Amino acid sequence: MSTQLLSANHAAALSATLAARANRKGKGFVSGVYPITPSTECMEYLCNQKIEKGRVVRVESEHSAMGVCIGGSAAGARSFTATSSNGLAYMVENCIAAANLRLPIVMSVANRTLGPPWNIWADQGDALLLRDAGLIQFFCASNQEVFDTVLSAFRLAEEARVMMPVMVSMEGFILSHNVAPVEVPPQALVDDFLPLTDIPHRLESVPHTLGQMEQPHQTECHRFQHHTAMLGAPGVYDEIRRDFEILFGRALAGAIVPYRAEDADTLIVSMGTMGITAEAVVDALREAGARVGSLRVRLFRPLPVDAIAAVFAGKKRIAVLDRNIGLGLGGVLWSDIRALADPGAVVQNYLTGLGGGDVRPEHIAKIVSDITARQASGAPMLMEAV
Amino acid sequence: MNEICNTAAIFRQGNTNCGGCGMSITLQMLRRAVGANPVHLVIPACCGAVAGGTFPQSTFGVPTIMSTFASAPAVASGLASVAALNGDPTRIIVLAGDGGTFDIGFATLSAAAERNEDILFICYDNEIYGNTGGQRSSATPQGAVTSNTLEGKLEQKKDILAVMAAHRIPYAASVSLAHADDTQKKFAHAVAQKGFRFLHILSPCPTGWKSEPALGLELVRLAVRSGLWPVYEIFDGKRYAVTIEPDFSDEALDLYLSLQRRFQKSGMTAADLRPAIERNWQSLRALSGRIIPGKREG
Repeated sequence: MSTQLLSANHAAALSATLAARANRKGKGFVSGVYPITPSTECMEYLCNQKIEKGRVVRVESEHSAMGVCIGGSAAGARSFTATSSNGLAYMVENCIAAANLRLPIVMSVANRTLGPPWNIWADQGDALLLRDAGLIQFFCASNQEVFDTVLSAFRLAEEARVMMPVMVSMEGFILSHNVAPVEVPPQALVDDFLPLTDIPHRLESVPHTLGQMEQPHQTECHRFQHHTAMLGAPGVYDEIRRDFEILFGRALAGAIVPYRAEDADTLIVSMGTMGITAEAVVDALREAGARVGSLRVRLFRPLPVDAIAAVFAGKKRIAVLDRNIGLGLGGVLWSDIRALADPGAVVQNYLTGLGGGDVRPEHIAKIVSDITARQASGAPMLMEAV
Repeated sequence: MNEICNTAAIFRQGNTNCGGCGMSITLQMLRRAVGANPVHLVIPACCGAVAGGTFPQSTFGVPTIMSTFASAPAVASGLASVAALNGDPTRIIVLAGDGGTFDIGFATLSAAAERNEDILFICYDNEIYGNTGGQRSSATPQGAVTSNTLEGKLEQKKDILAVMAAHRIPYAASVSLAHADDTQKKFAHAVAQKGFRFLHILSPCPTGWKSEPALGLELVRLAVRSGLWPVYEIFDGKRYAVTIEPDFSDEALDLYLSLQRRFQKSGMTAADLRPAIERNWQSLRALSGRIIPGKREG
C-alpha cells in the first residue's frame, strides 16, 4: 500500500487503470473517452497510462464514448469512462442502452451544473438525470472514497447477480481538482480483489442478438429482473466490503454513513461532500449540548431504504440537504426519503449549494437552527450558500 | 457465382423485411463474401433492427448487437478493439440505413473513419427513412416524394462516397446489387481488408419507392445503366476505379423514374437529371484518370 497525492479525477483514473490491468489475462480493457470540465483530468490521466491489453479510444463525443464502452463490454472486456454535466446529458441515451443491455460499465462523474447558461461548478443534477435508468449510483465525499468506490464498482458491476453499470459521482472541483493523500494498493492486491471480467451474454461465436425487439410482457420481465438485481446490490456490496477490508486492511465506506446519529434528535441528511461538512458541524453543536447527528447517503440507487429508515427511527427532526433540485417538486434526495421518517417527524428540505455554491459550516449550522425552531415541515426551502 | 454457398446464413428465413427489400439481398450476398470468417454485426435503429424479429429468437445467423441510432460505428469500435487486443479474427460489420449513415449517425461514422477503426461499414441506402414510414433523408434524391416532402424533395442527394473518400479510408465503394460478380469482388475485398471500409449500396425499397417488389434489381440496373448510380471504388481516398460502365441511356433513366411512383408528383424526367449526371461523371472520369473506360484491376 502506497500513499499518493491525487485529485479525485486522478484517483478515479488510477483506480480504473489498476482494474484495467487486472483484466490482462481476461478479455482486456476498452474505454471510450471525451473531455469535459471538470472531469477532463480523469480521461487525460487514463490516456497516459500503459495498460497491457487495453485501449482507450479518443472519440468525438460523450455519446460515442459510451458507445465504445458498450461495444467493448458486449465483447466481454472491462470498461470505464468519465464525464460530467452536459457530457453526461449527451451520453444519457447510451447510458440507458448500457443499463438495459446489462453491461457492467463503470463511469466516474464529476458533478457539474447543467447548462446553458454555462456554469462549471458542482451540482448533482447531472447524475440524477439517470436516477431511474438502471445504473447503480454512488456519491462520494473524499478522494479516497472515490478511489475505493471506483475499484469496488468494477467488482459490483461485474458480479453475476448484479451485472449492470455503476456510476460513481464526485462533486466537480470540490473533489475533482482538490489534491489529497490517497492510499493506493499494489497491482497484485487489486488482481486478487477483482476476478477476471466474465460477461455471460457477451458476443462470442453462438448467434444471439443483444438488444433486439421485445414484446410488452418480455420488457416487463426484463425490467423486473433488472429491478430485482438492483435491490440485491446492497447485499452484494456488503460482501465486497468484507473482502476489501481483509485484502486491503482498511474499511470501504458503506452504502450509508451515519455519524453520531444513534442518540440524536435531529439529523442532517445529505449526499457528497456536504456530509463531511455536516459531520464537522455535528461535532461543534454536540460540544454545545445539541443532540444532532448526520447521515450521508452514498448509495443512492438502489436506495437502501431499510437502512435509512432504521437510522430515521425515533428522530424528531430531519433536515435533508440537496445540492440539486427536481424542478417542480424539490430536492431529489428529500423527495425519495421523506416518507421513511417516523409519522409526525419534521422532515424539512433545504436546497443548498445549487449551481456550486460553497456550503460552509455556518450554512449548515443555520439549517440546524432553522429546523430546531420548526414545529412542522414546510415547502422545500432555498438556503443560499454563496 | 454459380457455386452453392454452404456457410451459415447471416440473415435467416422468417425475417420481417418487405418483399423485394434491398437489405435482404445485401445480406444474402454478404454471406458468400464472409464465408467461414467469424463475424459480429452491429445494427443501429433502422429496418435492420426490426428485421431480426423479437426476443429470444433472431433471424440473424451471427452474433449481433443493436445499437442506438447514432452509435453503430462507436459500438463497432469497441467490439473491434476487443477483437484486436485478443488476436481474435472476428470481423466487425456495421449494417446501417441512410439515416444511420448520412444523417444522425454521420458524426460517429466520420470519427470512426478518421480513427481508421477496423470496421466494415455497409450502408444500405434506400433513400428514405423506411422504418418510420418514409420520411426524407439527406440521401433522398431530388424530386422524390416522401411522407414529409409531399411535393417532392427540393434538395439534391448528399454525395456520401465523396465525403468518405475525403477521410482517406483504405476502401470505399458503391455497389450495384444488380451486378453480382462486381458486388462479390467488392464484398470479398471489403471483408478481408484491414482498417475502415465503407460500402454504399443502392437498396431498393418497394414500400418507399412505390415500386413493384419484383422489379428492385431491375431498377438498380437502370440506375447504373443511365449513369445515375455510378459504380466505382476508391482506394485510400485517392485511387478511383469505375467498375461498371454505364451507357448513359436516357431511355433507362426515364424508365427508372417512371417505374417508381415517388417521382410521379414532381414529374422528374431524364432531361431534368441529365446535366447533374454529366457533371458527376466528368468529375469521376477526372478522378479515375480514365477517359476511356477500363476493366477493374485484379
